[in-house]
Amino acid sequence: MSAPPSPGAYLEGVGVLGPGIPTWPAAARVLRAETPWESVPTVLPVPQCLPPAERRRMGSLVKLTLAVGLEACAHAGADPAGLPAVFTSSGGDGRNCHEICEALASAERLISPTRFHNSVHNAAAGYWGIATHATPAANALCAHDASFGAGLLEAVCQVAVEQRRVLLIAYDANSPEPLFSVRPIPDAFAVALVLAPERSAAALAYLALAFSAERADTLAPPALESLRRAIPAARGLPLLERVARGGGGTVVLDYLGELRLGVELSACR
Amino acid sequence: MTPLALSSFTATSALGCGLPATLAALRAGRSGLAPCAFESVTLETSVGEVPGVDANALPPALTAEFDCRNNRLAWLGLNQDGFAEAVERAAGRYGRARLGIFLGTSTSGILETELAYRRRDPAGAFPADFRYAGAHNSFSLAAFVRRALRLSGPAVVISSACSSSAKAFASARRAIGTGLIDAALVGGVDTLCLTTLYGFHSLQLVSRTPCRPFDVARDGISIGEAAAFALLEPAAGSAAGSVLLLGTGESSDAYHMSSPPPDGAGARAAMQAALSDAGLSAEDIDYVNFHGTGTPSNDEAEARAVADVLGKQIPGSSTKGATGHTLGAAGALETVICALALQEGLMPGGVNTTQVDPALPVHYLRANRNARLRRVISNSFGFGGTNCSLILGRAP
Repeated sequence: MSAPPSPGAYLEGVGVLGPGIPTWPAAARVLRAETPWESVPTVLPVPQCLPPAERRRMGSLVKLTLAVGLEACAHAGADPAGLPAVFTSSGGDGRNCHEICEALASAERLISPTRFHNSVHNAAAGYWGIATHATPAANALCAHDASFGAGLLEAVCQVAVEQRRVLLIAYDANSPEPLFSVRPIPDAFAVALVLAPERSAAALAYLALAFSAERADTLAPPALESLRRAIPAARGLPLLERVARGGGGTVVLDYLGELRLGVELSACR
Repeated sequence: MTPLALSSFTATSALGCGLPATLAALRAGRSGLAPCAFESVTLETSVGEVPGVDANALPPALTAEFDCRNNRLAWLGLNQDGFAEAVERAAGRYGRARLGIFLGTSTSGILETELAYRRRDPAGAFPADFRYAGAHNSFSLAAFVRRALRLSGPAVVISSACSSSAKAFASARRAIGTGLIDAALVGGVDTLCLTTLYGFHSLQLVSRTPCRPFDVARDGISIGEAAAFALLEPAAGSAAGSVLLLGTGESSDAYHMSSPPPDGAGARAAMQAALSDAGLSAEDIDYVNFHGTGTPSNDEAEARAVADVLGKQIPGSSTKGATGHTLGAAGALETVICALALQEGLMPGGVNTTQVDPALPVHYLRANRNARLRRVISNSFGFGGTNCSLILGRAP
């Protein structure tokens, strides 16, 4: 009997932004336990690549996803304009949603056109295209707590089937009340990965995906483990930890309840 | 791509519940659009509402977790045309974990949140019965379908506005292509809500009258709701005449959040990618189901793109005059309509349109035409500049 299928991809670039984690190199130092993690609020840079009119209209998720996407592309030496992208988020823009629902609960029910077009789950993907001039396909996924795994699956399937380099961006952010009480995501966090079908000089590691029933890997420092559990986009941190340490072997990531993802990792450097 | 079979499919929209009702309405040239009487909405517009959605209860064990209008419509749709039974047989053939779920929705159960905002307590908190994961969250739809049909494989919601459930077919066929799964339940469900009704109104994109795609006097969309599903399986061994997915093409405009580039460059790229994926050329396509929303700029950009890629003479129509624009469900609904078109040899005429805009380089069908169809293409485009074209054909 043949081995179960295990589509894979070469990891060429990483971008990370979250509380106390301004960049992938900073994240790598924390994940290698070289520096302790400090829980300070996520600082979102203002992107210069969007025209002023779009900069005024965009929400914080656009800043978040542009920052990690551009970092991962620069790390991989890839031109963002040429990459298909997979965006995945457990809940999208909670602040924008709150503003719309407040307006709809009022007597006038007036929504601004900008609020409405920013309400689509693929808003970050749309602004990414406008900012980077990327015309290949962009996907926009949601799988609640399983959103990181769903995005990784989609991205690796695209690399394997289309034989093209793909950018994955997993992101989440906190919502205002009352949404915060029902979905207490503490802060903005995003990870971006550039994944490629063939090994190049930029390759950091090869990863092969399969479903797994094993227990998900956790992070040793309790505060970092809390971050992993609190923000769906951070469910990929055990994979990044292994990459940061230059290690190999299987990393098990949380996905859909009892269905988990086994990522077989082999370092390329 | 390696063709996949749509071994079972179903649609529920303002045209009716299930394929016989849908086909009868298409044959009769009937529109399901009617003046909006939804919830407390006071906008002067027509909508494509599915009758009886709220009376269709979820399975009792799932009500507490998942009850919302969107999941009620999903459940109503799954139970038409023997579709849920076909999924059960596929689960038996392949295993419950070898069947993936890929569903599109733009607003999921947001209506529940809109109504809950009216019921906030004086401190601004939600009522105790508010559910985030099972209603508000976009994934609620796929989580509900996975539980209701007792599947245990991968599941995802694609939420890219009005291309959502077309792109679900592209994602599903890639996952099948890797061998991670054997088959997929693909589709889209979107329901009427205040966000889309008032939101499209704020953009002045909603028509006061039932929408008239490609008409010289077209002036906006009519919003509809629908649940449409297909079971995608390897095509090997499909009976002659079975409906196949032959190609998928996706692109981004990288232009503007809510309007396409006037030359339709993104739409053109999606259609070209679908043709290339299917290994076909323009002459191989017999009918185009336009995205055809009925706004002046959308129809113009799409007409130019279709003329560029498929030629001015290809017969085409938009079925949104019949169903309304069902947003995140539109891709799946129109894929099912295309599957019916192939099976029945029916090119559905676009209803409501009385005078085709002479400035548009299209061969727009206003009346039904019967002809044996080999292959058809369905376009779906959305906010954020997201485009997807699907090519369907018949098994030889």
